Amino acid sequence: MNQAKARNLPLSKRGMSFETVMWVFTRATALLMYGFILVGIVGALMMGAANDMNFADILRWALMPNVSHVENTNLADLAPWATTFWKLVAMGLFVTASSHGVHGVIVVLDDYFAKHSHRQIIRGICVIIFLAVAPAGLYVIWTS
Amino acid sequence: MSLKRDVSLSTALRYKGQGPFLTFILHRIGGIGMALFITLHVLASFVEGRGWKIGDVINDIYINPVFQIVLLFFVLFHVINGLRITMLDLFPTRLIQYHRQAIKLEWVVFIAIYGFAVISIIGSML
Repeated sequence: MNQAKARNLPLSKRGMSFETVMWVFTRATALLMYGFILVGIVGALMMGAANDMNFADILRWALMPNVSHVENTNLADLAPWATTFWKLVAMGLFVTASSHGVHGVIVVLDDYFAKHSHRQIIRGICVIIFLAVAPAGLYVIWTS
Repeated sequence: MSLKRDVSLSTALRYKGQGPFLTFILHRIGGIGMALFITLHVLASFVEGRGWKIGDVINDIYINPVFQIVLLFFVLFHVINGLRITMLDLFPTRLIQYHRQAIKLEWVVFIAIYGFAVISIIGSML
């Protein structure tokens, strides 16, 4: 069996094309999202401990810390879950996830559309959907 | 440039890429699934707030425990597999030689967290 071998070409020789930048962007946004999720888990454990919050509710909160995600949970008071801090965390996670996601969708679709013109159309549609959905998402986060 | 594949669909479906291919394809399915889910969920929540019944109907589907168990499979797999990819990509010299072991470890972590979450969801239904 062939062993995978690391390629150690320095960045100066590799060049910084748009694809390389987006490759780094995908990894960087993934790491940023792990940070947001960790903050969500710690927050849910701290705020939900008194109510014996279950693991599924903790995960639902950590993956998007919006107060509507704990409305059906057995909580005495929803006020701590609807603070500006949590709205900022939710906003950060949402913007990071949606920009990571729109690029991910484009990468997948590029594999199925080989013509340059088709790819441009697909990219345009994805960006338009992103620009339409992102403000709606931010509105939902800040008004819920 | 036109799309040119050297294998038939039947050959492609019989492709034995094993573990790495399974993670690759599950990551893609999960990613596309999440993109569709989040887009619809955001739009449904937005129109629900404006009194449109359709938003309420869509979000009721998302609240369903069976839907959440299926969704959580793809979301958790995408999250855990993404962490493996990021770690291997950031430290290729040290880690890439262990990529198959990393996949096995990833499955152990995924099954533990997902299993616990499924038990928790089913428990809340009872």
